[in-house]
Amino acid sequence: MEFTEDQLQRYSRHIILPEVGGKGQKKLLNAKVFIVGAGGLGCPVGYYLTAAGVGTIGIIDNDDVELSNLQRQIAHSVHTLGMPKVESAKRTFEALNPDVKIIAIKDRITKDNIMDLIKDYDVIVDGSDNFPTRYLVNDACVMLGKPLVSGAILRFEGQVTTIIPKDGHCYRCLFEEPPPPGLVPSCQEAGVLGILPGVIGALQATEVIKLILGKGEVLKNELLIYNALNTTFRKVKVKRNPECPVCSDTPRIKELVDYSEGYCALR
Amino acid sequence: MEPDRRINIKGLVCPYTFVKAKLAIEEMEVGQVLEILLDYEEASRSIPKSMEDHGHKVLKVEKINDTDWIIQVRKERD
Repeated sequence: MEFTEDQLQRYSRHIILPEVGGKGQKKLLNAKVFIVGAGGLGCPVGYYLTAAGVGTIGIIDNDDVELSNLQRQIAHSVHTLGMPKVESAKRTFEALNPDVKIIAIKDRITKDNIMDLIKDYDVIVDGSDNFPTRYLVNDACVMLGKPLVSGAILRFEGQVTTIIPKDGHCYRCLFEEPPPPGLVPSCQEAGVLGILPGVIGALQATEVIKLILGKGEVLKNELLIYNALNTTFRKVKVKRNPECPVCSDTPRIKELVDYSEGYCALR
Repeated sequence: MEPDRRINIKGLVCPYTFVKAKLAIEEMEVGQVLEILLDYEEASRSIPKSMEDHGHKVLKVEKINDTDWIIQVRKERD
């Protein structure tokens, strides 16, 4: 594949980096990334991956754009209120970079559809807002051996970690089971600083790019915690649990689990 | 020295001068020599520097007439 003149200009700042070059840019153009959620995290992740020229981006979300989303979900606008979030995001991303093929899926991700949805992608990004989905995506990625870049945000604090199944830790090595629904802050209690998902989403997108390029170090066996109120970044070491219910050599969980009962999704 | 490949990037300015030169050398084999013909003065200094930063060997930088330069670079690594 030869670069077009437009591509040479668009990606020139990547191409002149020794760690990217023309070869790395071609890897990006040939890569397929699947993003779970077109909300606070999914918007910046998709936006930057689109700008970077990641060739195919699949994105799933079942919600429509609401005014209360616009404080942080930067791919949506007053012009797309009421529209499916994935459709709104697709328009924004396509306007930024027509090189990128956006596959928009308006649906819930469930134990019945996840394997089919993600099986053809190179890297999976979790930008979901609830524990049932977080565990579902983790388990599916472990079972399929797909690298997963997981992000989470609440109030002023966010976390990022990169899961390379069977090589590093997985989400269940950190927290074996989801917390009971009553312990999770309800929709009314849970505020979030609008910029926070931008920071965390940009970190997730950076992890994805490095995975595709095969350069640098990713957050394998590590959890990065950002506190926006104190302006601190903290890295916590995470060990792969040899007894992990899903990623150990003798897993207890061999089928996907639906934990959605009783949870209230944060919008 | 007879180069393995020649490119003419006259008319281009930074950073496209280096973008073109870098893409050309990426496609070559280690040990081969690329010759670049250019007419943008700043690039006659920046391309050799960037090529060395990327680990390649600059063999020659020569002003060949009032407007043009020739740079020869040997690819040292992939």
